[in-house]
Order: sequence, then C-alpha cells, then structure tokens
Amino acid sequence: MHVNLFIPCFVDQLYPQTAFNMIKVLKKAGCTVHYNTEQTCCGQPAYNAGYWDECRSVAEKFVHDFEGNQYIVAPSGSCIGFVRNYYGKILENDGHEKEMRHQQLPVYEFTEFLITVLNVEDIGAAFKASAVYHDACGALRECGIKEAPRKLLRHVKGLQLIEAPDCEVCCGFGGTFAVKFEPISIGMGEQKVLNAIEMGAEYIISTDLSCLLHLDGYIRKHKLALKTIHIADVLSAT
Amino acid sequence: MHEQEKLFQEESRVKATDLEHRRKINYSLMQSDLAFQKGKNAFPDLESARKRAKNIKWETIEHLNKYLLEFEKKFTERGGKVIWAENPQQVLDAVLQICKQKQAKSVVKSKSMVTEEIHLNPFLSRHGIEVVETDLGEYIQQLSGEAPYHMVAPSMHKSREEVARLFHDKLNAPPGLAPEELTLFTRQILRQKYVDADIGITGVNFLLADIGAVAVTENEGNARLCTSFPKTHIAITGIEKILPSVNDLALFWPLLATHGSGQQVTVYNTIFSGARKENETDGPEDMYVILLDNGRTNILADVTARESLFCIRCGACLNVCPVFKNIGGHTYNATYGGPIGSVITPYLSGLKSYKHLSYASSLCGVCTQVCPVHINLHELLLYNRNKSVKAHCGSRSEKIGWLLWKKACLNRAMMNMTNGRIKNFMIKLLFRKSWGDNRSLPDFAPKTFNELWKATGQ
Ligand code: SF4
Repeated sequence: MHVNLFIPCFVDQLYPQTAFNMIKVLKKAGCTVHYNTEQTCCGQPAYNAGYWDECRSVAEKFVHDFEGNQYIVAPSGSCIGFVRNYYGKILENDGHEKEMRHQQLPVYEFTEFLITVLNVEDIGAAFKASAVYHDACGALRECGIKEAPRKLLRHVKGLQLIEAPDCEVCCGFGGTFAVKFEPISIGMGEQKVLNAIEMGAEYIISTDLSCLLHLDGYIRKHKLALKTIHIADVLSAT
Repeated sequence: MHEQEKLFQEESRVKATDLEHRRKINYSLMQSDLAFQKGKNAFPDLESARKRAKNIKWETIEHLNKYLLEFEKKFTERGGKVIWAENPQQVLDAVLQICKQKQAKSVVKSKSMVTEEIHLNPFLSRHGIEVVETDLGEYIQQLSGEAPYHMVAPSMHKSREEVARLFHDKLNAPPGLAPEELTLFTRQILRQKYVDADIGITGVNFLLADIGAVAVTENEGNARLCTSFPKTHIAITGIEKILPSVNDLALFWPLLATHGSGQQVTVYNTIFSGARKENETDGPEDMYVILLDNGRTNILADVTARESLFCIRCGACLNVCPVFKNIGGHTYNATYGGPIGSVITPYLSGLKSYKHLSYASSLCGVCTQVCPVHINLHELLLYNRNKSVKAHCGSRSEKIGWLLWKKACLNRAMMNMTNGRIKNFMIKLLFRKSWGDNRSLPDFAPKTFNELWKATGQ
C-alpha cells in the first residue's frame, strides 16, 4: 500500500518525532510512504479565525500538493476532518472542476487508516502504563472516529486502557480560543487533567497533538504526575 | 475591545475559576445529561426524528409569511386578536394598552424567554402593575432580582440551601425549608395571586398555523392557572415558533420534552385556541397573541444563518456545552446563553457588540451533535466569525497576522527558516501573556520534520 503523508504544520514544527513514529508504524503495516516536501498546512487556522479568503489560497495549495489518488494519511483528526468536511464549501467558488477534485481527496486520520483501510488491529506494540484515551473533537465529531484508536490500543502489550466518563468532553484548546479566552480554556483543560489523574492514569493518549499540547502545557506548569502522548508514539513503542 | 466583550472577559475569568460554581453547574448538568441519555431511548430512531423535525422547520421558515398569515386568519376567525410587533417597544406599548383597557392592577406570568428579551417585568412594575412569575424557577429568579440563568432551568445555579435562605429573607419563610416544603410554601402564595390577577401572560412553545392556536408546554401546571383565572390571556412569542399543523406536535412535543428534561412528554401540554365562546363554561374573556420580530427577520434575510430560526428552545445545546459549563448562563449578558445564544445574539443585538460570543467557543461541535432540529451550531459560529471579519470588526494587527500566515503557508521555504531556538523566542514574545500563567508553552523542535526528512534523504 502506498501512502502520501500529510504532516500538519504544528506537527512539522513542534513534534517531528511523532511524525517519524507514524511512518514507522505505517511501514511496519506494510506501507511505502511518500512525502511531498512542498506541503505546509490545510488552512484550518485561518478558516476558524474567520479569514476565509486567506484560508482559500492555502487550501488551493493543499489540493495542488496532494494531487493524485494515493491515500493521504495524517496524525491529526482535526486537519483531516477539516479537509474532508469544509473544502467543498471553501473551494466552491473556484469552479466545478476543482471542487470535484477535492471530493476525491482520499484523506484519512492515521488510526482510521490502519483500521478501515489496512484492517490492522494489532501492530505488535508494547507500552507499559495506564492511560485514558481522549476523544479529540475533530476525530470524534468531524471524522466519526470512536472505535479505531481503542481497537489499536487494546492490542498494545502492557497498556492498561481506562475508559474515562469525560472522554468525549472537549479539552478546551480550540485554536485561537486557547489564547483569546484563556481562563475558559484553562478551566476546561484543568478538569480533563484532574479527572485523568483521579482515574489513576499515567498518560492521556489521543489522536490529536493540538489537544495534547494544551493539556501538556497545563500539566507541566503545575508539575503534575501525568503525561500526554500521541497514539502514534504509543503504537510505535516496542 | 468592545465594552460587552470586556465584560464577558472579566466575568468569564471570575466564573471559570470559581470552583464552587463549577461544582454546582457540573452536578446539575450531569443530572440533565443522565435524564436525557435515559429519555432518548424512548425514540426507536432518534436520528430520523431529528431529520424530520429539521425538514418541517425548514419548510416552515422558508414560507414563514404564509404560515403566520394562516395562523392569524384562523385565530382571528374565532375571535382572538393578533398583534404584530417589530420591536420590544411595540410589545410593551401593546401590553400596557391592554392593561389600561382592562384596568389591570396585577399580572401573573408563566415562563417566557421572549418577555425577558423585551424586559417586560420592570416595564410593567414602573407602570404600577404587579407582575408575578409563577414558574418556580422563574419565581426564584424574580425574588433574587436576577435574569434566568438557563432558558429551561432558570435557577439551576442555586443550591437548595441558597433558595431556602432567599425565601427566608424575602418572604419570611421559616428557615431551612426542604425543596418540597418550599414548593408548598410557594403554592400558597401563588394560589392567591392567580385568583387576584387581572391578566395572565404566557410564552408560546409552538404556534399552530392550521388550527390557529397556541401550544404551551410546562411541568407545574402554572401556565394553565395563569390562563384560567384571569379574564385576559396574552401570549407573547417570536415569529419563528410556528409549525404548519397541530399534527406536527406528535413529533415536536416528545422531541422538546426529551431534549429539555429527558421526559417522554412534559407533564402539561395545552393548546389554547382562543377566548371562551358563548356556550363554553371556562376560559378567558379575551385572548391576544403578540408576534415579535426583534431582529429575527435579520436572521431570515441571511440564507446561511436562517436555520438558527429552527430552534425550539429546548436548552440541550447549553446542557452539553463545555463553555457554558465553565462560565454559566449570566456571563453571556444576553437573553439567550449557550451555543444558540452565541449564534443568534449578534443578529438580535448587534454584531459589533456580540461578535466575541462567536469566538468564545472551542468549536467542539457537541452542540450540533445534540440539537433536536439539527442546527449546525458550531458551523454557524464559524460563519459569524467570517461575517465579522468581512464587516471589518477585526483589529489591524490581526489582519496583518493572517496575511503573514498566508505568506508562510504558501511558501515552504519560509516555514523552514531559522531554527527551533529562535522560534521559541518569538513564540514567547508573542504568546507568553495570552497563553497565560497556567500553561507552559510548547517547545519547537530544533529542526522541522520537513528538514529532517530531507536531511535523512528519505
Ligand atoms: S439550538 Fe437546538 S439544542 Fe439549542 S436550544 Fe435550540 S433547539 Fe435546542
């Protein structure tokens, strides 16, 4: 299976190691990977801020960079959900042809790809810890990803997966929301973190690094006994 | 920053850090959620029910003029009176005129958010007319001089102890009454008010076009008392509350009940079709329906935002909203709080003053997921943001920021410029303050994935 990698801007800048870990897992699952070094961002940040014209230019570049019919896989439900659900609207003024082209973009979030396309549940990973899984809003509600990451995590040796009652509650990141409305964002993140600790978790695992970046910021600042980790990092551990 | 936004920022900081407030709201909303999760099982296929409801509301709102006129025709044929109001003042004037005509001294009211929108109670008090709220939650809010905290559960933020104290202070009730005792105590006061009142004012859950009637839903029976003792009944509603047919209630009553309180149907559902006729034994002598616009036609005029008029005010989107859970209902400083409030308030009360509400959302989408009439709430928040950018409500520096962002995103080389250390420095410079004292900033990697990939020659 041939995979076209999409490494979202903030993963590119902040968490390159997670991207490499995703590649490791994909290769282990029998994929060959391709990476277009011209790629940048899907355009979501500007769209969410209301700057739709700026977003459109970047979305057009994305469509151009990911031309072809290979599977596009990214370690982020948020970016994939955006391309899948919003590009139609954003590019609709560009004429019919482009819109059709985007609809054919076969974009997949990493765990979704493993489960629904590759049909792999056990990747042979081992990770000795207890963890809660956080359903990132983009993965859960924009992509409808609920079972895929859990199926994969249940096969990780040594991992004790705890189902938290608030697993579907937003972490409070929300892009610019995190800085424009910092106290609300913190209030939401704080509850997520404290609940995870109360459940006896050592880690919060998620498909999305944007959530984890925010939660980790809170955890580090308050020196709490909890860590965050991306699911690709867990699945690549042996 | 606009005055309203400043207020919102200050108040949201107070509420989001108030742990006692958090505890009470979380507890109360958890109860609502449990009730809803249980209640929704009564629907064999909730998803289809929601889609049907959305289609019916869509059809109705697309032909709003037709249905409102049909309602008016049918209702007036039976002797009811319809008053059209473009703005709050016109409602207030109309109500006052009716009060004068009937020489009314006292009014009993059942729950109505539209009357909150137009500030009816203080207006009538200023004109020497006593107004008493008869829904227990609203009565509590009236006693404490506060606006409703939540459109369905007006006093959900008050603990039972707080309510007992309030009744003791304001009404000389014995101290420390239990909830049941408080209800009994209130009932004794209100029974007399119903008997004495000259006019009963109610809200409206649904206007029914085909039979020209008004449907009111409640759990306490107080709306029935408000409309059976006084000689005059005034129902006040927004123009969007209309349904084509009485038969639609078979769908909308259970949808509203389940999403509002987890019930299969609400305890009292009444259809008011007009004043008492000659051969009838009860009912008021006069019935008025006041139809209020107050900005709703601004929403109607906007093809995208139009679907927010489908709202049946069930409150479900508030109950699940993590922002609402953290800041509570009063922080919005608007009649309608929560996601639907953030969507419609800019149209009702001005984009400039209330655009910040569209940004005060993490866009988690749980509101959209729960809404019984499938309003795309979080996408409408995004739409409002774009609207406010187009109306040049954003700051200059913000505009420049996004232009630079675009430049960087269109040019891969720019994203590989400098190194992690310099980027960390820049980020600290730009975001240290807004990122706040409660979070550490993330660290940039020394090199981007892009550079590392190229370097390893993959
Ligand atoms: S927007 Fe939907 S969920 Fe929110 S109050 Fe209205 S009908 Fe209920």
